[in-house]
Amino acid sequence: MEALVASAIGLMTSAGVYLMLRQRTFPVVVGLTLLTYAVNVFLFTSGRLATNMPAIYGTGAPGYSDPLPQALVLTAIVISFGMTAVIVMMALGAFLEAGHDKVDMNDDDAPTEGGQK
Amino acid sequence: MSLALIAALPFLGALLPGLMIRSGKNACALVTGSVTALALLMLGLNAPAVLRGEVVQTRIEWIPSLGLNANFFLDGLGLLFAGLILGIGLLIILYARFYLAKSDPMGQFYTYLMLFQGAMVGIVLSDNILLLLVFWELTSLSSFLLIGYWKHLPEGRQGARMALAVTGGGGLAMIAGMLILGNIAGSYDLTVILQSKEAIQASDWYLPALILILLGAFTKSAQFPFHFWLPHAMAAPTPVSAYLHSATMVKAGLFLMARMWPVLSGTPEWFYIVATTGLITMVMAAKIALFKDDLKALLAFSTVSHLGLITMLLGFGTAEAATVAVFHIINHATFKAALFMSAGIVDHEAHTRDLKRLGGLRTLMPITFTIVTIASLSMAGIPPLNGFLSKELMLEEAAHTAWMANPWLLGVLATIGALFSVAYSFRFIAHAFLGPVRSDYPAKPHDPGFGLWAAPALLAVLVILIGLFPMLTASWLVNAAASAVTGEAIAVKITHWHGLYAPALWMSLAAIGGGLLLMGLHPRLMAMWNATPRPEAKKIFDGIVEPFAALAGRLSNRLHDGSLTRYIAIAVLGIAAVSYYAFDSGAHTAGTREMMPIHPVPALGWLALVLATVAIVIYHRQRLLTLVLVGIVGLMVSVGFAYFSAPDLALTQISVEVATIILMLLALNFLPKATPVESTPVRRTWDGAVAVVAGVGMAALAYALMMREQAFSPISEFHITNSKPGGGGTNIVNVILVDFRGYDTFGEIIVLGIAALVIFALTEALLRAGPANDRLLAWRPDQRRAGDRHPMMLVVATRVILPIALMVGFFIFLRGHNEPGGGFIAGLIVAIALVMQYMASGFAWTAARQKVDYHALIACGVLIAAATGIGAWFNGLPFLTSAFGYFTIWPLEEFELATALLFDIGVFLTVLGAVMLALASLSRIGLRAGETVNVQPFDIDPSEGRTLNSGEVR
Repeated sequence: MEALVASAIGLMTSAGVYLMLRQRTFPVVVGLTLLTYAVNVFLFTSGRLATNMPAIYGTGAPGYSDPLPQALVLTAIVISFGMTAVIVMMALGAFLEAGHDKVDMNDDDAPTEGGQK
Repeated sequence: MSLALIAALPFLGALLPGLMIRSGKNACALVTGSVTALALLMLGLNAPAVLRGEVVQTRIEWIPSLGLNANFFLDGLGLLFAGLILGIGLLIILYARFYLAKSDPMGQFYTYLMLFQGAMVGIVLSDNILLLLVFWELTSLSSFLLIGYWKHLPEGRQGARMALAVTGGGGLAMIAGMLILGNIAGSYDLTVILQSKEAIQASDWYLPALILILLGAFTKSAQFPFHFWLPHAMAAPTPVSAYLHSATMVKAGLFLMARMWPVLSGTPEWFYIVATTGLITMVMAAKIALFKDDLKALLAFSTVSHLGLITMLLGFGTAEAATVAVFHIINHATFKAALFMSAGIVDHEAHTRDLKRLGGLRTLMPITFTIVTIASLSMAGIPPLNGFLSKELMLEEAAHTAWMANPWLLGVLATIGALFSVAYSFRFIAHAFLGPVRSDYPAKPHDPGFGLWAAPALLAVLVILIGLFPMLTASWLVNAAASAVTGEAIAVKITHWHGLYAPALWMSLAAIGGGLLLMGLHPRLMAMWNATPRPEAKKIFDGIVEPFAALAGRLSNRLHDGSLTRYIAIAVLGIAAVSYYAFDSGAHTAGTREMMPIHPVPALGWLALVLATVAIVIYHRQRLLTLVLVGIVGLMVSVGFAYFSAPDLALTQISVEVATIILMLLALNFLPKATPVESTPVRRTWDGAVAVVAGVGMAALAYALMMREQAFSPISEFHITNSKPGGGGTNIVNVILVDFRGYDTFGEIIVLGIAALVIFALTEALLRAGPANDRLLAWRPDQRRAGDRHPMMLVVATRVILPIALMVGFFIFLRGHNEPGGGFIAGLIVAIALVMQYMASGFAWTAARQKVDYHALIACGVLIAAATGIGAWFNGLPFLTSAFGYFTIWPLEEFELATALLFDIGVFLTVLGAVMLALASLSRIGLRAGETVNVQPFDIDPSEGRTLNSGEVR
């Protein structure tokens, strides 16, 4: 089972990074979402895998899975929603402002030598 | 406590102007002034004890391991300076209220001013040199903001940068010096250091420490050769000049020399460095001041000169000279602040402060003329004003001090300095106010209103009072401060007449006579001055700084070229390389855990995830399809959480998934629906290689992690054991969230709220007039719309579901403490229930029927969570300590009430508000893009078959 989970993490990371290296905002956002999944699952696995052992008293289970990574990942999921929402808005704003959705600055947007006086 | 509060008050007060400016400028100034007045009052309450010779102390441990403690102490020197800072600060607040123009952002000004005031008070009250350094750097930063307050003026910006570079650089040197000093003394507490004179002066490190500390003091107090920044800082508004450059900022260097006087002075090194620098500065700056036509430039160089005078006195290293220095600090602050404010009044009324364009203002501005005359005569050292008293004493000290065994050199040079001082003081009066009335002023000058001249007039009164009755008005303060500086009990005797045989009398007379003579010769001297070439400090400074700035600019342009893809590639490869190095060089054992068996159903889920992920990469150019596939991945991840014993995570992930996909769909509505092929195959191969490196690395790391036992026993055991007895809940994950790690959760909901507000602000910016708004107004849907935007089936179904969904949300919330659920999940579920209404019936139609302000929801959520946490204080417990109990109310069964539940309500409200605000913002963009608002819940009336839409709303 561990090998499957590890390979899924790796695959989602690869796909995420590949999409983040694209030239347009939308694939970058999707790539970040995939990377978020990968990182959240990875954090979750730091508590090691366990089935049928929820971290709840009185379920009759022989033990409890590690609750701490679960709590951390829970907030991470919600926060990453907030961050995804922000970059989606930024992508949309950039598209509406500039008229294109490229992520790299072209020469017109490049900073000038030396900065302002 | 009270000393720490005095230092903290201005910082607290810095928050108020920004809030109060909406109630008008008077209210703003009043509130700002009240805070300063309160601090001054509290200082006054401590004054009697200090004047009795006691030292008031407040000690708060901050970072004891570093020796950094928030220790404050108040002795005579601190009292004098804090009094000057707060007292003149109060006058400046009054003056600035009437000085600043309508267009100047006054709230901002007062905020900067209070920050600066707090930093200055902090310097003079600190008993810990590390703390003092913190405040010291704060004055550099806040004065940068004040000097550059008129951001539209290039001189203001350049002056601010120069001041920051010079004083900040000096501050860095001083940090090193102070650390050396602390190391020698074995403590960073000033009270301890001040006792260690012998150890410090015997140390080999004495000279380096002295030079480094003096670098800090000299740059701050504009001593030669660092004097050049002060005149350029005059680009600031006059209230700033009056405050920073007469009474506070530039006096910080003097304060430091006075504060360190007991341990650093008395050696030949101290005498030759400090006294010589002070002497050169005094004479040179006084000479330059005579040839400045700009009133503020004249005053700036005069300030530099007087600072040099005080530095020289401190450099003499005798108790008498130090006493005179203290006395002159008081006198200089009074007359110079009055003069700066008067120069500002002239500038304000005549719209110029160029002496060449002024003259004859005596009859036009009689009040200002009176104030300027009193203050200038004091600056010139004319009896019986206060400037005369301290100048006489200075000349007396100079006459009795030998420099390199030369008994008369100091006296002569000091007299020459005084002579120039007389000349430029008279020039200020004569060339601005005397002479015939002119017809070509840029504006018709007249005396300003009471508000503007009240502050300098009060100072002028002080000049006279101290001048006439020095023993009554000033000697007690001088005694207290000088005793603190020298460590001896000082009882000063200030008189106007020192007898015919006192050299000071003849030196004074020579200075006044010579000064008058110079005044008479001024036109000719001015022509000579203009004809002689001089090194231009600003050019030299720019010549040194520009190459560095250019280098920094080139470097950051090379690294920061605006290519996000390049940054990401570098970051990914960098992380992979560092991680591999860490893994390769670190010690680790082989995995000991056994792999769990693979069952067919989970394997199918894995397959779905893998296929969907691969499909995303292949089909990522079709954006809608990509979103569907992302949904599948998200679903499989949440199912995976459920399978691996994390029901809370599964619930959260699946509800977040819904909200994320809706959000991205809404955004995609306006974005292009397809990604064009832009990259070359080589580029794609390279990107693929980077991605594979990242993926293989992550997979290997995850696998290695999962196959090994934890290196140290995790702290989770504590949470599992104490969840029920300590937190009162059986769902350990939820108890961790709302109780054990409640502080983290508190921070996280704040972040979530901020994220939502950022989205709101971005939307506001997009909807303002500009290219984005134009594009939205001209926006045409690029896809065919459905015939019925609001299908009847969907509308009816969502309405039926709404109460059920709300109930489910409520249920999930309540059971959260003991079963899977809780505020996060409930918030998401309720948000989705509401979003479904939006989707079914239209945003505006639904919003009109649902009067909840999402900002208020977020604010309520955070405040409820905070209030729950603060509640613990009333029981004497730390922030966010929870309490719970079990109650029985007939006919209910026994149930549990926990304060954690209240906290969870805060989480719930914040999550709900944040999700809704984010989605509502996107809907507002849709409305601007021409989405029409339906009057009826359905678009199509099925009985008549016609469209019911009406009312174009943009």
